[in-house]
Amino acid sequence: MSKKRLATVWLGGCSGCHMSFLDLDERLLDLAELADVCYTPIADVKEFPHNVDITLVEGAVANEDHLRDAKKIRERSGILVAFGDCAITGNVTALRNLFNVEDVLSRAYRDSMIVGGVPEGDGIVPKLLEKVLRLQDVVAVDYFLPGCPPPADVIFQFVVDLIGGKTPAVTGRKFGS
Amino acid sequence: MSVRTLEVDGRTITAMADQTIFSAAWDNGIRIPRLCHLGGLPDAAACRLCLVEIEGQKRLQSACTTKVAEDMVVRTDTPALQAHRKLIIELLFAERNHVCSVCVVNGACELQTLAAELGVDHIRMKPQYPKLPVDVSHHRFGIDHNRCILCTRCVRVCDSVEGAHTWDVAGRGRNSLIISDLGEPWGESASCTSCGKCVQVCPTGALFSKGKTVAEMRKDRSFLQYIVTAREKRLWIAERKPR
Ligand code: SF4
Ligand code: SF4
Ligand code: SF4
Ligand code: FES
Repeated sequence: MSKKRLATVWLGGCSGCHMSFLDLDERLLDLAELADVCYTPIADVKEFPHNVDITLVEGAVANEDHLRDAKKIRERSGILVAFGDCAITGNVTALRNLFNVEDVLSRAYRDSMIVGGVPEGDGIVPKLLEKVLRLQDVVAVDYFLPGCPPPADVIFQFVVDLIGGKTPAVTGRKFGS
Repeated sequence: MSVRTLEVDGRTITAMADQTIFSAAWDNGIRIPRLCHLGGLPDAAACRLCLVEIEGQKRLQSACTTKVAEDMVVRTDTPALQAHRKLIIELLFAERNHVCSVCVVNGACELQTLAAELGVDHIRMKPQYPKLPVDVSHHRFGIDHNRCILCTRCVRVCDSVEGAHTWDVAGRGRNSLIISDLGEPWGESASCTSCGKCVQVCPTGALFSKGKTVAEMRKDRSFLQYIVTAREKRLWIAERKPR
């Protein structure tokens, strides 16, 4: 049997979930034995590949690029995992949902003495969505791995279970820490 | 006081006739999930987490307010009850703005912990993102309605233990809001004695001490047992007897 193809993706999150993924340390080598890590922000791969078996998605869907990518990733992945609280609940990324997007942009850019204006320009800065969405709001999600971020040990067991074709044991996983 | 014998989750237990199912189960090491019940406070049956099945009764009953009875057969942990409890937890998360990772009680919250224990790993319904106030007008404490689950523990402790009755519930359904006095800012409340009891019994990060940041707030309820025991034993009353 050929190795399972594993991908990790970074959407609207702080990269903390990927930092925790990197905390697997030498177990990253074990993981590389078990699976072919075919796409991840930690490696320089430009285009999300086809026929991925398992994809972990960090982050909420906050802008138009995220929305487009989430759909593409869903189509090309067998098992899609909402990886961490931002992907699952919106978490910190969705704090801005209490305000409208123009006010948020004004607060961050127009009212700021430093930046002086909302960055614009075709295809350079993706447009923010009116509301931050959870991954499950835009595509079907197969598994949820809560935590901000999920601890490395939990990530490892979760991924190893999925690679082995098992339903991961998610008991006792908390939102937050 | 007479004794009752009943069956809970297949075990035969005995309890005092005036005990609730919750407390009888607790005495026997059976932990029924709860968010509004707190030993020492009068019960309100506000959260519905403690619902149990009683043989011969169609409707589920809240264990925290239902008294034990002779030969009662109770089930506290069936798949149907588990599904029901998960749903309640998810609704609580969807109803207000809970962001555990930046919460004062992150790591020590009864809602967060119960969610994990019940295996809630996502929220099926749409989050409501309501606009809710945060009142930090009190000089020592704050109330963040985004994290309030309307369990009314604060209302009950302030009324029945402190005797101030500063808190109450205004509005109905999803528009319910915990208010101080007649809705004035907490800091301007004439009745609040600033004892902090409400802050300590609140199961979530809704009531907090000022100066606490993310994951720093921890609740200390030891005062409750002390006061309630003293009250039951009529300690203060005995002291005031004429010499
Ligand atoms: S009150 Fe509890 S459930 Fe709500 S945000 Fe804080 S830690 Fe999370
Ligand atoms: S601090 Fe004490 S008196 Fe004031 S509202 Fe809370 S319980 Fe009531
Ligand atoms: S403020 Fe806390 S104790 Fe009071 S009703 Fe809300 S969650 Fe319960
Ligand atoms: S604990 Fe019984 S209804 Fe809340």
